[in-house]
Amino acid sequence: MDWTFIASHVWDYVGGAWVTLRFGLYGVLCSLALGMLCCLARYFRVPVFRQLAVGYIELARNTPLLVQLFFLYAGLPRVGIKFSAEACAVIGLTFLGGAYMAEAFRSGLEAVDKAQVEAGACIGLTRRQNIRYVIFPQALATAVPALFANVIFLIKETSVFSVLAMMDLMNVADTLRTSGGRTVEVLFMLVMAYLIILLPVSVIATMVERRLRYAGFGDQHSV
Amino acid sequence: MADTILRVNDIHKSFDGTGVLRGVSLEIREGEVVVIVGPSGCGKSTLLRCINGLEAIDKGEIWLRNEKISGRTKDLHLVRQKIGMVFQSYDLFPHMKVMDNLLLGPTKALGKPKQEVEQEAMQMLERVGLKEKAHVYPRTLSGGQKQRVALVRAMLMHPEIMLLDEITAALDPEMVSEVLNVVIDLARGGMTMAIVTHEMRFAEAVADRVLFLEEGVVLEEGTPEKFFHAPTTERARRFLQSFTYASKRDKAEVQPKNNFGD
Repeated sequence: MDWTFIASHVWDYVGGAWVTLRFGLYGVLCSLALGMLCCLARYFRVPVFRQLAVGYIELARNTPLLVQLFFLYAGLPRVGIKFSAEACAVIGLTFLGGAYMAEAFRSGLEAVDKAQVEAGACIGLTRRQNIRYVIFPQALATAVPALFANVIFLIKETSVFSVLAMMDLMNVADTLRTSGGRTVEVLFMLVMAYLIILLPVSVIATMVERRLRYAGFGDQHSV
Repeated sequence: MADTILRVNDIHKSFDGTGVLRGVSLEIREGEVVVIVGPSGCGKSTLLRCINGLEAIDKGEIWLRNEKISGRTKDLHLVRQKIGMVFQSYDLFPHMKVMDNLLLGPTKALGKPKQEVEQEAMQMLERVGLKEKAHVYPRTLSGGQKQRVALVRAMLMHPEIMLLDEITAALDPEMVSEVLNVVIDLARGGMTMAIVTHEMRFAEAVADRVLFLEEGVVLEEGTPEKFFHAPTTERARRFLQSFTYASKRDKAEVQPKNNFGD
C-alpha cells in the first residue's frame, strides 16, 4: 500500500465525499417529504392522488436509478426540458427514494393495531386528533428501521451520479484510477470513504430504534 | 323514576349477510347497571360496539338521553365523549406514560386545562390503588393494573354511561377481582353501565338487571335473583349450567395402569 499516494489524494476524496453527502442528503430529505405525501394520499384515500401515488411507486421501484437519471439528463432535453446535473441528481434520487419512503411509512401505519384506533375514538378524539396523538407516533416508531435502511440505501445509490459527470466519491476514485493506475489504493480509499459516511448513520439508527423500544413499545411482551 | 339514559330500539346488524343482532331493544335508566350475558357469538360485544358507533347499525334507533345517536356519520366523536368504553385488551396507548394516557381525552377532546385534569386523574388513580404508577409506561404494568388504568381513562371523560366489554376475559384469575372491585365501586358511585361479562358471580353481584342474549335476540330479561336462580327459558338454564361441571371423576375408583378401556 502506497501511503504517500493516499496522503496526497485525501483531499480529492474529501471533496468527493462532500458532493456525495450533500446531494445524498438533499435527496433523502426530499424523498421523506414525497414519501410522506404519497403515503398520506393512500392512507386518507384521496381520490386521484391515491391512484397516482400507487402508479408512481410501482414505476419508481421497478426501474433502475441509472435509467431514471438517463431519462432526466438525456431524455427530457429532447422535449425541451433541461435540468442541471445537480438538479437531475436530486430529482432522480428523490424520484427513487420517495417510493421507498412511502412504502416504509405505509408499513408503519398498517402495523398500528386497529384496537388502538378504536381506543382513541372511544375517548372522544376527532379523527385528526386520533391520527396525530395515537396513530402517527406508533406508526413512525415502527417505520424507523425501514426509514433508516432507505437512507443508507439512497446515499449508496449516489454512486450512480458519476454518469452526470458530478465529482462524487465514485467519480473521484474512477478518475484517479484511470489516470494513475493505483487501483488498490484508490479502491481502498473509496471503501473507507463510504464507510466513514455510512457507519455513523447505522449507529444513529440503532440508537434511535433502541430509544423507541424503551419508550414503551413492545407492549405485547409483558402481561 | 330516574331518567332514561340509553334507549336501544329494535336494532339490527349483520355482517356479510349473517344477522348478528336481530331486533334488540333495551333501556337503561340513570344509575342502573345492566349486565348482558350469553354464549359467545350471541352478539353481546356487537351490541356494545353499535351503541358507541364503532359499528353502524342496519336498522333501528339508538338514543342517548334525548339525542338520536344512531345513523350519524358526522361528529361521532361528540357522541363518544359521552360514552365510555373499555375493552378486553385494555388498549392503553403504549407510547404514552399512564398519566398521558389519562390526560389525552380530557385535554384534547374536551379541551379541559391540563392541571385540573391531572389533579383529578391523581385522585382517581389513588382510588384504584395505582397512584405510584402515574409516570410509568403501560408495558411495565400487570394486566389487572392496565385494566384499572383503562377504566380510569374512560371515567375521566365523565361519560353518561360506561360500556364494559368482557374487561376481565384476558386476565389471570387472581387479577380479576381487583378490576371487578373497581367496577363495583363505580356502580356504588351511581355510574350507569352496560356490562358484558362471563363472570357470572360478578354479574349477580353488580347487576340491577340481567339481559340474556342468544343469536341476536334478547331471550330473557330480569333481576339477577330471578335470572340466576329461576331462569324461565330452557336455553338460559342450559347456558347457566355450562358454568358448572356436569360429571365428576370418582377418585375412589382406581384404574389399572395401561388400561385403555378394553
